[in-house]
Amino acid sequence: MTDNSDTPTDQATPRILYCRCAYAQVVPPEVKQEVLAGLAASGRGFEAVADLCEMAARRDPQLKSLAADDRPLKIAACWPRAVQGLFQLADAALPKADVEIFNMRTEPAADVLAGVLGEPATAPEEDNA
Amino acid sequence: MIATTPSPPRVVLYEGPGSDPLATADRTTLVGDLLDRGYRVTAADATASSETDGACIVVGRFGGSPPQLAATTAEVSLIDITGLSPEAILERVEATRTGEPMNRPDGPDTWKPWFPVIDTDRCTNCMQCLTFCLFDVYGVASDHTLRVENPANCKVNCPACSRVCPEVAIMFPKYHAGPIDGSPVRQQDVAAEKMKVDISALLGGDIYEKLRQRSEGAKARFSKERDAKQALSERRRCLTKLADAAQIPREVLDALPTPEEIERRTAAAAEKAAAALAARNPSAAGE
Repeated sequence: MTDNSDTPTDQATPRILYCRCAYAQVVPPEVKQEVLAGLAASGRGFEAVADLCEMAARRDPQLKSLAADDRPLKIAACWPRAVQGLFQLADAALPKADVEIFNMRTEPAADVLAGVLGEPATAPEEDNA
Repeated sequence: MIATTPSPPRVVLYEGPGSDPLATADRTTLVGDLLDRGYRVTAADATASSETDGACIVVGRFGGSPPQLAATTAEVSLIDITGLSPEAILERVEATRTGEPMNRPDGPDTWKPWFPVIDTDRCTNCMQCLTFCLFDVYGVASDHTLRVENPANCKVNCPACSRVCPEVAIMFPKYHAGPIDGSPVRQQDVAAEKMKVDISALLGGDIYEKLRQRSEGAKARFSKERDAKQALSERRRCLTKLADAAQIPREVLDALPTPEEIERRTAAAAEKAAAALAARNPSAAGE
């Protein structure tokens, strides 16, 4: 539960944000599920939100935290133009640099995973407990 | 309504020192189920969120010995999930959350987050959308630029304002097709949208005037025919052309206010837009 965010390693490690788009059916369910499974199997920490649109509508402060964080940010959501606009609507404009957005509406899950994890995607493990 | 419902609490799935990790399949199921109920989830490691504000529920397999938490400004609850299935963990989280009901995807009164999102790289602040919208969704920011002021006022599944934008700058991220869904705007999209801006011309005049005529016509028919079903059917038939042209859901057209109220709202919005335009370009306003 300690916050090690000041260590050099953490400054270089991108944060990952996954949007479930839980209030609509515009993201193929199999893609978002496969991306989530890959994140869960990766051993990496990540932020997951039910729906970026819903958060933007309530101008959720977490969007400001994410936008203001110095670390690189990788987002698995939908069209980059829409995601940028949602953050802007929440008064949390994303910086142009160090933010990558991957589109689960159109990209294969493996490509999204490779993008957000910064490495070739691996199949989810069967069990690690 | 979204403005008054509480934000969902953050659930931290803690698997660091002092906690046994979950099986990957359980982790996936648990995170997915929490998201589908509307929660935010932090799957924690050293790079995960360092947020300390807001309500937070920490779940972990602590083996009966949950850790001592450092003092934070947040309201933090700890749940030991040792031996619990993802379903049982979800139940514990739901039981831990207190307060007013939150908006949730599976709730009985779910608000679907449907509202316009502005592409500020394309928007020229012409304010046509502000003038067009009857529901006070748009407003003007302190710097006199367009702002989506009241997202929750938007009519679900209605993308009509995006059809009047000459710059293809209005997106509805949950729309089914581009470029309204936020996909890249192509030159042919711009041309197509410019054609759709002429909806009012297509219908032979101002779009609200046409709505007013339709509404009055329907009322007249209703009083003459004294047959509610037939009148409703006629009204729907008359509105079909308009609904198709602007892709306005029929429920929205059926729920439009009275012609007088439409006129009042349109005038108020036009006044607001004119003031913003004048503030942005004072020399033009004085001409």
